[in-house]
Amino acid sequence: MVDEAEKEAAARPSLDEVRAWLAEVPDPEIPVLSVLDLGIVRDLAWDGDTLVVALTPTYTACPATSVIALDIEAALAAHGIRAIRIERRLSPPWTTEWITPEGREKLRAYGIAPPLAGVGVERLARLSGKAGGVVCPHCGSNETEMISAFGSTPCKAAFRCRACGEPFDYFKCH
Amino acid sequence: MTSTLTVTRLELPPSPEARLAAYALALGDDALILGQRLSEWIGHTPVLEEDIAIANTALDLIGRAKLWLELAGSLGEEKRSADELAFLRDAWDFRNLLLVELPNGDYGRTLLREFLFDAFEVERLAALARSPEPRLAEIAAKAEREARYHVARTGDLVIRLGDGTEESHARMQNALEDLWPYVGEMFLTDELDAALSGAGLAPDPAALRPAWERRVGEVLEAATLTAPSSTFTHRGGRRGVHTEHLGHLLAEMQFLQRAYPGGTW
Repeated sequence: MVDEAEKEAAARPSLDEVRAWLAEVPDPEIPVLSVLDLGIVRDLAWDGDTLVVALTPTYTACPATSVIALDIEAALAAHGIRAIRIERRLSPPWTTEWITPEGREKLRAYGIAPPLAGVGVERLARLSGKAGGVVCPHCGSNETEMISAFGSTPCKAAFRCRACGEPFDYFKCH
Repeated sequence: MTSTLTVTRLELPPSPEARLAAYALALGDDALILGQRLSEWIGHTPVLEEDIAIANTALDLIGRAKLWLELAGSLGEEKRSADELAFLRDAWDFRNLLLVELPNGDYGRTLLREFLFDAFEVERLAALARSPEPRLAEIAAKAEREARYHVARTGDLVIRLGDGTEESHARMQNALEDLWPYVGEMFLTDELDAALSGAGLAPDPAALRPAWERRVGEVLEAATLTAPSSTFTHRGGRRGVHTEHLGHLLAEMQFLQRAYPGGTW
């Protein structure tokens, strides 16, 4: 006899499939990154036939958070998942260390310098032009300097390269 | 829908949940009112980079306020949304420090006020992040990182302006003298603080002062600014006794919900 729960489980897409679909959902502010690259999807689970997605915000007020939740619902609905519950998870707080290695590479290719692990804003300014400092995503020079502690979104700072003269965004270490 | 939401608290709330709500409300109000003040600069700052920076800082603060107010509104019998708490209370029901409601003044004064608060906020959030009460700790841990970024920026700019031109130095010194009588309120321990710190859930504000003085002292010294020696402090924000400035701020911040009650996006 086939158990009802087993039948239900057989009809549900696997979590690996769901993960593959989420890998196609872009961050609305930095569309080269998927929500998985960003490391903000903290957990996936089935609760009966409802898919529970635990999301963590990058910044407390990141305006993209609600758009991301909508985008995830829309993408999963397109794959036939109708019952979705998105839960906000604050703890542990998001850190840029959760950005995947692929995500960091995508950032660099997009023209955003990826975060330097463990470098707070004070040390960042002192690292200007030195080895171990922020590397220009355009020309690869580390002759860079911070223009402003904040850039076009809460997660970025504004930099300029003294070698190639180009301004660029740096994804702040958080 | 009622036009005003009253939460006036004059005595220590009896239950642990009500105390937590009152405490979260004060944390939320500090962030909300400072965030609103900073947002007044958007489109008016001296340089584009600062416009972006202050807008992002205001956004962080309003995000922080939303988390605290959601917590405050979720406790107790009558549930209230963060929006209801932000937009439907009158001045006497706000619990923010007087320091954060003062008008901005010039840009240097705005940065100095934020710095004096940021230096307190990082210590308060760091202590709260270690609270055994998970609802306080998880928000504090999240907000602490942002607050550290804020204090690094405002400290840097206070140094640049204090140790800048004769004009900027004079303005910063004047601002410091005007703001100083408001800093002591941050470290006053009221009954609620005493109850929560006694229970090990939140820091005693007075205990945060040495770390604040260290950080502020270093920045002021580098900025060639001299802190006044007076220890007099205005007080009242935590009891809902505010300066006249808060009402004007609320008139602007709450206009839409007052004119179109219940309006949503």
